[in-house]
This record gives sequence, structure tokens and C-alpha cells, in this order.
Amino acid sequence: MALLTKKDAKLISDPLADNNPITIQVLGICSALAITAELKASIVMSVAVIFVLGVGNVVISLMRNIIPSKIRIIVQLIVVATLVIVVDQVLKAFAYELSKTLSVFIGLIITNCIIMGRFEAFALGNGPWRSFLDGIGNALGYGVILIIVGFFRELLGSGTLLGYKVLGDPIAKTGLYATGYENNGFMIIPPAALIVVGIIIWVQRSRNKALIEDH
Amino acid sequence: MSDKKLTLKKRLHIIKHHFRGKKMAPAFNAFHTFLFTPDETTHSGSHVRAADDLKRTMNTVIMALVPVLLFSMFNAGYQHYSAVNGFPENFSVMEHFLTWDNFWIGIIKVLPLVAVSYIVGLTVEFIFAVIKGHEVEEGYLVTGMLVPLIVPIDTPLWMLAVAVVFGVVIGKEVFGGTGMNILNPALTIRAFLFFAYPTWMSGDKVWVYEAVERAGGPDAISGETILGYLAQNKAAEMSYSVSDMFWGFIPGSVGETPTFLILLGGLFLIFSKIASWRIMLSAVIGSLVMGLIFNGVVDAGWIGETSKFYGLMSFDFWKHLIVGGLAFGIVYMATDPVTGAQTNRGKWFYGFFIGFISVLIRVFNPAYPEGVFLAILLMNVFAPTIDHYVVRGNVNRRMKRLKNATILPEDSEGKEKELQVETA
Repeated sequence: MALLTKKDAKLISDPLADNNPITIQVLGICSALAITAELKASIVMSVAVIFVLGVGNVVISLMRNIIPSKIRIIVQLIVVATLVIVVDQVLKAFAYELSKTLSVFIGLIITNCIIMGRFEAFALGNGPWRSFLDGIGNALGYGVILIIVGFFRELLGSGTLLGYKVLGDPIAKTGLYATGYENNGFMIIPPAALIVVGIIIWVQRSRNKALIEDH
Repeated sequence: MSDKKLTLKKRLHIIKHHFRGKKMAPAFNAFHTFLFTPDETTHSGSHVRAADDLKRTMNTVIMALVPVLLFSMFNAGYQHYSAVNGFPENFSVMEHFLTWDNFWIGIIKVLPLVAVSYIVGLTVEFIFAVIKGHEVEEGYLVTGMLVPLIVPIDTPLWMLAVAVVFGVVIGKEVFGGTGMNILNPALTIRAFLFFAYPTWMSGDKVWVYEAVERAGGPDAISGETILGYLAQNKAAEMSYSVSDMFWGFIPGSVGETPTFLILLGGLFLIFSKIASWRIMLSAVIGSLVMGLIFNGVVDAGWIGETSKFYGLMSFDFWKHLIVGGLAFGIVYMATDPVTGAQTNRGKWFYGFFIGFISVLIRVFNPAYPEGVFLAILLMNVFAPTIDHYVVRGNVNRRMKRLKNATILPEDSEGKEKELQVETA
């Protein structure tokens, strides 16, 4: 038998595809637009959200029977804020440049709807192990989209990937740039992320017609 | 002659029946209907047909664009040779403008833009028609002609191709194709080019053929546009007269310069009832009002000559209409029946704000002294809102009228009391 039961495995695999937080539930769009101009920032943001949501879901799940329902939102906020501060401090200590790039958006993980959404919808009603899987799954689903968007935006907008000049040097005109190719400045600005996310949604829904909402 | 045509027509009909129901049918039908009217007739329902279908509408707009296109081909050469050899003294249209040399530059620079625009755009349309299994839409016929006219002449063809793919797919097809789009596809393409490749879309080197290559040379004459001069407060260095601006012998995007021909095209569109005169007129009024406000600000002494806005603000208000792309945008872009306002009252607001915001952006946009395409795109977004409120307003007005209506005594037998109450 595998590590996870079928039901548990679904907790991870569902948010990656047919119940993706960004493309299906349309949550967490704000950060997906703001920090995906570079692949590196997307990856770090994904890792941060995986940590916050994975740990946060477990904490909330453990406390689910002792949190008074009236103040549960406040308790959730405290949990997520604590975790976010941990992430922020770690980044500042070990990756200062990156934390400057991400600036307020690490702090704004607190307001990421995906996190509060999973606390409310899942962790308050399920055990720690399942909550952990659900948190990891949803954060991975979020991260996958972030990384796809970041990949295309950095490649087309700056001609680099993780800072490496994969398409050649735009100033020395080497590689692809020798043929007259130029970076697409449109991909650098946030509206481009909206369009890339839109295209992902489009592709996903035309592959799986069941996802199309009827109006 | 007619016999030969008939056989071709018949043959095509036979091929068409062969294709029926197949995946490639829309692609074939597109070519077919381009040449002939389809042989299908309606079997039920209404049999009344108007001759001015979508295809006729599109062709009329293209006819209105042909003079502009021809002019732009001559102007491409004229601007090029003027930049190389200096502006001719005693300028005469026949000697210096309508020459084969000028036209040749037009052929090698403007025609490829037109060709790329059509080939790429129609290919995308064909692919989508085949995927969706419906007939190819005529929508791109006009867009494909507009696009080459609103880009700088040295735009690399691959950039244009990328932008056309983007504009047609994201600007139109994702919304459901021709007639469903929110934004004008041609302007979407222009906006994409502007934000994606700003160095090729603005500045003083892109408006004249090969000006980029000549830059830095000893006898390089800048190909700055008039708005560019004004934005840098260099109105004194400008050597263009008002008649140059009106006839269009100035640098600029390929087809935006000849105000006179655009005016003729606009009148043609108005009299053929293709485009809305309300939008055109109100857009002209809007730009004049904004221009007057800026002139007034300068006259009142609130803006000194040292201000970076002085050049554009002190520009005579009516001249805004004859430089840059304002006239072209108002006549051919703002009047797009799909993306514009639909109600008559809404058209006045829609047009007015296009003119108003265009001039506003011209003056205050630090990066780019032209705002027509942004203004029209913005109002495209607001057009449904404007229509909504116009319709609501009409409903409310009629409701009010109904409430206050007096009922004539003979219509209301035995209701005198009610009547008294109501009219009291």
C-alpha cells in the first residue's frame, strides 16, 4: 500500500488540477499578479505559502475543538500572522535581496484568501494529518500556477530564467537577440500576469469541459 | 465572360457540398463567400434580406481607408527623402510628393505591414473558425487594414505578427469572436505593441523609414512628430506649417497623418450610414473643449513657459485635431459599432469623452505624447456602462411620465375621483 490512502492522496492531487485555488476558485490572484515577474520570486513565494498553509492548517486543526466559534477569525489571523513573520524574518536573514524584491507581499500572505479559506473550510473540521495534506495540496496548487506564470513572464519579459540569460545577451546581441528578437516589455507589467492566468484557465477548461460553469 | 464566371461559381458550389459537415468546411466557405454569395437560401421564417450585411459594412470602411493607405505610401517616401536630402524648397505636390521614388518606399515598407497584418490575422481567424466549427467571421477585414496604418513605419514585421496574434486572440476570440469583443482589436494590437516594445513605438526615430539606422550620422534629421516636439517644448524648432499638418505631409504613424483624406473618409462613412456622426461630432467637440481649457490655463498665466506641459498646453486647441492620430482614431476607431456605445444619447457621452481624454493624455502623459488609442480603449470599456445608464434613464423618465399622466375624462368613466386625486 502506498504512503497515502486514496482519499488522502486526493487532498493533494485535487488542488493541483481540477480544484486549483487560482484557476478554479480564483483566490490569491493578487499575489499571482504582483510577484510573478521573476521565476525566483514565484518559487520563494510558493515555498513560503506551502510552509504557512501546511503548518497553519495543522495548528488550526489541533486547536479546532477549543477555539470559540465567535473569535475563530481572530485566532486564525494570529496563527497565520505568526507564521508569516517567521517566514519574513528567515528571508531577511538568509536572502535579503529577495526579501526586498518580495517586499510587502510576504507580509500580505496574511491576507491571501487561500489561507483563510482553507482554515475555514477544512482545518476547522478535519484532523491534523488530513489538514496538513490539504494545506500542502492547496499551497502546491497555488505554487504551480505561480511558477508557470513566473516562467513565461521572466522568459518572455526579461529573456532570463532564474537570472540566467537563456536567450542570449540583449545588449551584446548574442543568441536569439542576434536575429532581431527583443524582450517583451508587456510581460513585465502586472496586467500580463492576468492574461497568462487567463490563458491557463482557458486551456484548463477546454481540456476538461466539466469545469466550465454554466450560466 | 459571364459564362466562365458561372462555371467557376458552379464548380465552387459543388466543392462546397463535398466539404459540407467536414472540419475544413468553414475555411473553404470563407474563400467561397469572399468571391460569391452563398447558394443557400432560407427555407423558413423571414425572407427579407438587407444588402448591407456585415461584409458590405466592412468593405465600405475599407473603401474609406484606401485613399489614406495610398497617401501613406507616398508619405513614407516623402518623409524618408526629406530626412535624407532636406525638405524641398517650393514644395509642389506633383514634383515632390506623388513620385515613383516615394511610392516605391511605400511599396517596400507599407505593403509588407499590410500583408503581415492580413496573413497572420486571417490565419488566426481561420484556425478559430475551424476549431469552433462556425463560419469565418469578416471582422478582421477592417482590423487588418487599420493595424498597418496605426503603427510606426519601421515596426519589425515579427513584432507586428506577435501583436496581431495577441490582439485577435485575447482582444477578440476569447470573448467569442466578431461582435462580442469589448475592446477594439486594432487598438488592442496597438496597445500591445506600445507596452511590449516601447522603443519601437515612441521616440523621435521610429516615424521615418530608416531613421534608426541614420541616427547619430552627421546629417541625421530627426523624424520627431509634432506632438513629440511640443512635448519637449521645442515648438520653435518645428518646420511644419498648418497646411502640412492638414494635408498630412508630416511624420507619424503610417496612415494617421492625412487629416484631409480622413475627413473625406469620415464623410463617406457618415453618408453611407456605416459610422455614427454623433460619435465623430461629439469626439471633435470633446477634444476642442479640452484644448480650450488648456489654452485658457495658459492664457490665465497659471502655466509658465518653463513648465514641461507648456508646449502641449499652449498648442492652439483646434490644431490637436490635425496632428497625431486623433482624427484617424475618431473617424475609424471610435466609431466601431461593436465596441462603441449603442444608444444615441450614449454615443454623445462616449464620443465626447474620447476627444476629451485623448487631449488630456496627450498633455499629461510623460512617456508618450499621444493618447488617442488609450482614450478609445478606456471608453470601449465604459461604453456598456454608459448604455446601461442611458437605458435606465429612459426607463425612469417614462415611469415618471406615466405617473404624472393625466387621464382624459372620456377615457375614465366613473373615475373622476381618482382623477382628482391624481391631478391635485
